[in-house]
This record gives sequence, C-alpha cells and structure tokens, in this order.
Amino acid sequence: MKNKSLRSVIVASSVGTLIEWYDFYIFGSLALVISTKFFPQTNPTAAFLSTLATFAAGFVVRPFGALFFGRLGDLIGRKYTFMVTLLLMGGSTFLIGCIPDYKTIGFLAPLLVLLLRLLQGLALGGEYGGAATYVAEHAPKNERGYWTSWIQTTATVGLFLSLAIILITRNTLGTDEFDKWGWRIPFWVSILLVIVSFFIRRNMEESPVYLKIKTEGKISKNPLKESFGNKYNFKFVLLALFGATMGQGVIWYTGQFYAMSFIGKVCSVASQQTDTMMAIALLLGTPFFIFFGGLSDKIGRKKIMMLGMLIAIIAYRPIYTKIYNTIDCSHKIEIAEKQKVSKKTALLDLSSNTSIITTTTHKEFSDGSSIELTQKDTLLNNQTIKPNKDIKKAIGLNNKSYWTIILLVFIQIIFVTMVYGPIAAFLVEMFPAKIRYTSMSLPYHIGNGIFGGLLPTVATYLVSTAKSTNSAEWYLNGLWYPIIVGAVCFIIGMIYLDKNDNKIED
Amino acid sequence: MENIKKYFGLIWIALGLIVGYFNIVIMGIPKIQSGKQEDLVFAIINLGVLTPIIVGGLVTFGYYALCGEFNKKSQTKE
Repeated sequence: MKNKSLRSVIVASSVGTLIEWYDFYIFGSLALVISTKFFPQTNPTAAFLSTLATFAAGFVVRPFGALFFGRLGDLIGRKYTFMVTLLLMGGSTFLIGCIPDYKTIGFLAPLLVLLLRLLQGLALGGEYGGAATYVAEHAPKNERGYWTSWIQTTATVGLFLSLAIILITRNTLGTDEFDKWGWRIPFWVSILLVIVSFFIRRNMEESPVYLKIKTEGKISKNPLKESFGNKYNFKFVLLALFGATMGQGVIWYTGQFYAMSFIGKVCSVASQQTDTMMAIALLLGTPFFIFFGGLSDKIGRKKIMMLGMLIAIIAYRPIYTKIYNTIDCSHKIEIAEKQKVSKKTALLDLSSNTSIITTTTHKEFSDGSSIELTQKDTLLNNQTIKPNKDIKKAIGLNNKSYWTIILLVFIQIIFVTMVYGPIAAFLVEMFPAKIRYTSMSLPYHIGNGIFGGLLPTVATYLVSTAKSTNSAEWYLNGLWYPIIVGAVCFIIGMIYLDKNDNKIED
Repeated sequence: MENIKKYFGLIWIALGLIVGYFNIVIMGIPKIQSGKQEDLVFAIINLGVLTPIIVGGLVTFGYYALCGEFNKKSQTKE
C-alpha cells in the first residue's frame, strides 16, 4: 500500500480512537469534581474513592467489550465494528454530561453515571483492537511498529486533549462556575468530535487482509471458541497478558494517571498547575511513541518493551520521592507578613438557620511558592460552630519546582512510550488474522484496562491507609502495586517471550 | 532455557496461590468486615476483579509452562 493512502488510513483510524480515549479520560481528569456532584459528601475520601471505583468500572468491563466487539470484528469486519463502538462511546459520554447531580435526583445520579461508564468501557474494549488490527493489516510487514505507533499516540493525545479542553473551559468560566456547571462542557464537546470522526471513518475501506481471508472463505465461524477454547491460542493469550500487557498497563497508568493523582491529591498542588504540568509533559513525550514504534521494527519489540519496564520499576521510588520533596511545604520558610486570612459566610439552610463559614488562609514562602488553606465550618443558629477537620490545600509551585515536576513526569512518559509504542504491532503479530481482533483485544484490555485501570484506585487506597497508620514513607506506598506487577511481568516476558516475535504470516 | 521455562511453571502456580491467599485472607475479608466505605470499595475490587484474574491466570499459565507448552517445539504453528 502506498504511503499516502496508508496515511489516510492512519488519520481515519487515529482520529476516532483519539476521540474514544478523550471520552474515556475526561471522566478520570474530572474525578475530583465528579465526586462532589454525583456522590454523597458525608465522607469526601469515600466519595473520591467511589468516583475512582466508577472510573475503574469502565476499565473492568473493557475485556467484555473486547470479547463482544472482537467477535463481531472477526465475523463481520473491522470497519463496521469500530463505527458502532465510536457511536456508543460518543452517546454515553454526552449523556454523562446531562445527568442531574446527587442533590437533585439522589442515588439515581451515581447509578446512571455507573451505567453510562460501563457503556463507555464496552465501547473502548471494542475500539482499540479494531483500530490497531486495521492499521497493522494495511501496513507493510517490516513497518508495522512504526505505523501502529500512531494509534498508540491516541491514548496519550486523548488524555492531553481532555486536559486541554478542561483547562480552556475552566479558564473561560472561572473555577466557581466550572465547579458549578462548566465541568459538563467537556462531556458535551464529545458529541461534536464523534460526528466529525463518523464522517471521516464512513469512507474507509475494509482491511485488505480481512477481505482476503473473507474471499478465501477462511473467516472464523466462532472466534471466541477458536481464541480461548483452543489451547494453542489460549496459551499465547495468557503469555501476552502476563508477559507484556500487564506490565505495560501499570506503567502507562502510573506515568499518566497516578502521577496526576499523586501531584494533585497526595501533594495537594493546585488543580490548574497540575493539569498544565501534565499537559506539557504529555505533549513533549508523545513523539517518542513513534520513535520507539519505528525502532521496534529495526531491533525487535521485546528489547524495547522489557527495557522500559525494567527502568520504570527501578526508577519509580526515586522519582516519586523527588516529586514529594520538591512540592512539600513543611521544610520551606514562610514570609509571615504576606499571610492573608479571609472569611466568607454563606447561608446554607434558612429553616434551620445554618450557614457555612469558609476561612481561606494564603501563605507565601521565601522560595516563591505559596499555599492556600481552605476550611469550611458549619455555623448552627448563628451560635455554635461545628468545625470541619478536612482542610483543603492548594499549593502553587515556583518556576523551578514547576519545571522540575514536568521533567519528572516527562521521564515517566518516556517509560510509557517504550512499553506502549511497540505493543500494538507486537500483539497483532502474535495472532492469526481470522481471530486477531478477538485474541489481541482480550489480553490488551485485561492488562491495560484492569491491571492498569485499577491502579489509581488501588494506589490511592494504599497511600491513604499508610497515611492513617502514620507510616514513614506513606506517600510512596501506592507504588508497590505497579512495582510488583511490573516486576512479575518483566520476569515472565524475559523468560517466555520469543525474540523473533513476528511469528504469524497473513 | 527450555528447562527454566518449564520448571518456572511451578513458581507461577505457587505465586498465584500465594497472591490468592494474601488477597483473600489479609487484604480481602478483613477489609469487608472493617465497616469503612473505602475499605469496602478496595475489597470489592480486590476480591471481585483482581484476585480471580491473577489466581486463575497465573495458575493456568504456570500449568501450561510446566507441561512444556512454551518450549520451542510446542510453539511452532499448528
């Protein structure tokens, strides 16, 4: 296939996949706001964890989407299947932006969010395998790594796009309006993007490899049975999971999601700075997907993926220690004369004469960084104050710390690009064309969706448990999960993955 | 290398069982009984999703390895 038409295949596939990732990640990027809208606020930590669990539910159903849509893709073709997943994803995302909050419809709110989140997960489970297979089946055999790496950039660019649209919306409306209703806009934007992508994809042709096996009557009659009921294929599904995608998943989510949650939630950096630092690091790191994808065509996929995994698991603790120490204000010198305290009172309930007193303390430090402490106490009958122990912190970093954090996140994105850039080609080459969509989708979505997708929830829980027991390095406890999972995957991959991984001829 | 691939199968089976024990007895049941919502969310994820995949997957993978399914001869195309 000529490079020009190959490029149009890449554009058509990538745009749709990018939008699906965007849809999937605005939920995660807005987890803090969503936890205040759709969940009861009696326990903010529990509400945040419930939001992360709902976020994670979308990941948990991804393997089911992989099975359902993968089977369809192997039976009726790649093109039509990922048209359906695109529309399902866009519709679900748009509707999340329309659900009334917990105060208006009670428990129906989190229930509807969960339902739509599950639909998002199903759609994504079907999308990625289709796009990767479609591109790989168009590309020359010795350039699959390079061409499929464009699909690999979409997950990161989708996350970047979600952060960028959130930032633009927040800056345009202001934080108060954004928190009140503006957070819905990024969900609504999805429907416009999906319509554009639908028209681009509509004119695409079916994959040549799929058309060939269809003409030859070699299409699988039962892809699920052939993929998982046949020991020969099933052992490769397990090998792909435990020797590649499991480790890739935790490294992807540590670098791109846990880093954001750690900086914002554990280290309490102001959300706007957290978002911009993440966005810059993602933007700088994205070209490396193409670099490592192309390099994998020349020196092999296994070497790059395993090296990325090894460096990541060794480097995580030093990197996160440096991030914590760079942000931590406890050792900084405060400029006492610059401290400002302001109080605001707002009536909460007229009948019981209850008000909320918001006390904001702004402190500045000698190194140019600052911190804003916000405490909301309840005033009953204008007399009794019911104090709230939960003090919200928002740290503003100075220029040097800001760029140091960007560098530390960027390094993690490089690890991500090493393990993730070559993986689409690696998976495609592991399975024969007639069951490829089904077989490669399942290990990818269990590894990436479940082991990776559950990382923010598990790591946040480990950190909060360690903090409550006053553990010395409590903030590093969340890293045990990616380090252990990554180490097991590295050992399995090194022992069992074949160096000559281009096994399957179409 | 072929022998390492084969006998490491025992390690993967053992690892699957150890993770299963740890996740159920230490990180699972006590968290359900703690009464805290955050513990419950974690326990559901751990027991309902991660544990079955890790235990079932690693034990099956280990069994295949032990049977020599990942050795060069068995990996040739059918």
